[in-house]
Amino acid sequence: MEVLKLIGVVVVIVGFAIKFDTIATVVIAGLVTGLVAGMPISEILGVLGRYFVSNRTATLFVLTLPVIGVCERYGLKEKAIDLIRSMKNASTGRVILAYQAIRTLAAAFSVRLGGHPQFVRPVVVPMAEGAAMAKYGDIPEKVSDEIRGASAASENYGNFYAQNCFMGASGTLLIVSTLVAQGYDVTALQIATWSIPIAVISFVVGIVRNLTLDRKLDRMVEAEKGGAK
Amino acid sequence: MNFSVVLAEIFYSIIGIVFILVGVKALKDPTAQKKGTTVAFWFILGFTFIFGKYIPEWLTGLCVVAIAVLTAINGVVQSANDVPDHKEVRARADKFGYRIFIPALCLALVAVLAATLGSSVKALSWMTANNAIGISGVVALVVALLMTKAPAKYAVVDGTRLMDNVGPIGILPQLLSALGALFTAAGVGDVIAKGMAAIIPANARLIACIVYCVAMALFTIIMGNGFAAFSVITVGVGIPFLIMQGANPVIVGALGLTAGYCGTLCTPMAANFNIMPAALLEVKNKYAIIKSQLPVACVMLVIHIILLYFFAF
Repeated sequence: MEVLKLIGVVVVIVGFAIKFDTIATVVIAGLVTGLVAGMPISEILGVLGRYFVSNRTATLFVLTLPVIGVCERYGLKEKAIDLIRSMKNASTGRVILAYQAIRTLAAAFSVRLGGHPQFVRPVVVPMAEGAAMAKYGDIPEKVSDEIRGASAASENYGNFYAQNCFMGASGTLLIVSTLVAQGYDVTALQIATWSIPIAVISFVVGIVRNLTLDRKLDRMVEAEKGGAK
Repeated sequence: MNFSVVLAEIFYSIIGIVFILVGVKALKDPTAQKKGTTVAFWFILGFTFIFGKYIPEWLTGLCVVAIAVLTAINGVVQSANDVPDHKEVRARADKFGYRIFIPALCLALVAVLAATLGSSVKALSWMTANNAIGISGVVALVVALLMTKAPAKYAVVDGTRLMDNVGPIGILPQLLSALGALFTAAGVGDVIAKGMAAIIPANARLIACIVYCVAMALFTIIMGNGFAAFSVITVGVGIPFLIMQGANPVIVGALGLTAGYCGTLCTPMAANFNIMPAALLEVKNKYAIIKSQLPVACVMLVIHIILLYFFAF
């Protein structure tokens, strides 16, 4: 029964999908795969231990935490906020785009900005909505939802597509250790270098997206006002 | 053992010490909840990092199972952290200005520099890409401490604070790459590859590129986690249908994970990126963020396929 071997994959999919504890899900998937393959318990534990130790590479990001923590204590996040606050009189789309630029660079240099709770909600959304209010007066709920959705999205674009440009990022290290464990000799520098094109492209897509957002808001406000008449 | 291996073990030991210090922080915290299991988690994890290379493999395996049991019973929680006071941070930010970005820049640039030197200068070959990350962490920390004149204890205080913030999930990438290796050893990749052979005809590079990127995104949509998708799809599709057909493993790997992230942008399963922020920003439609992201995710996925097709072969 070859197909039985896939049970580990099924465990991973189901475990993640039902939000069972992630660490336990992965370990159970490993144990089950070993059992189905007919390995005795002692051998399964041995294989698990061997691969766990040989893949410690993927956890090297811990070595970057002390310096990031100290910089946070000395105002790293505050200066990033100052940087975006210095943009006065920018349109909604431009404010969000500026945040995406900052977030992309921060991710590429492994700087934590606090994401949605600490940056998007207190800084980006008020500025982006403020710009819309300056232009349109009161803004309808639908327009506000559009702005907030786009603001939150810019955080995700910058975070996801740029983080692997940093050699010590956990995603970069996951790629390296996975491929090395499979016998392919790749390094963190190579993976980080080849992550740059996608980071740049994602920002270009962001430019298009946010400049069209301004026009979309124009249309939405016009339609809303037209409907009210 | 040559010097690069010794240095690597030193760095892994430092990581182990960080884990143990997170445990010590919980141990010393009188208000800590679930103290016993939390301390046990960090101590066991630290032990495997420091001594993993010297103890029997089955013992490390047993430690990994113990770690999983401790997280499964929800036994690991954060202990009290010395969080920097907001007013003090603001005052320091005004004092140091944008110079505070220098250590962060050092972190990234020193790593690149060290790895480049290590791969081009023979006498410096001990600076492997992995060791370069450790070296950059140390150099940037020294720069930060010299520049801010911060007491050295903050390296420990803030390092353990961030590690505790990250929590047990921080070892997920390591566990997943270990699982990927185990899948391959057990022949799981071969089974997936056989099934996939029905969809991907031989020598059909473009189709292989499409299946790889789309599978990454789809698995991420189902699981809500790009890392998990990466370890499964790399073994099942990436290696047999791209890398073994001559594709560059570096490009396949680098593009694979971000192709998965296109799926993250589309799925309510990735609640902490897409659903919780919607509540936090008080958006009326809880899918507003996903709705905003969908077109970008589709465009980015197509771009991934194009880049993979033209650059990997």
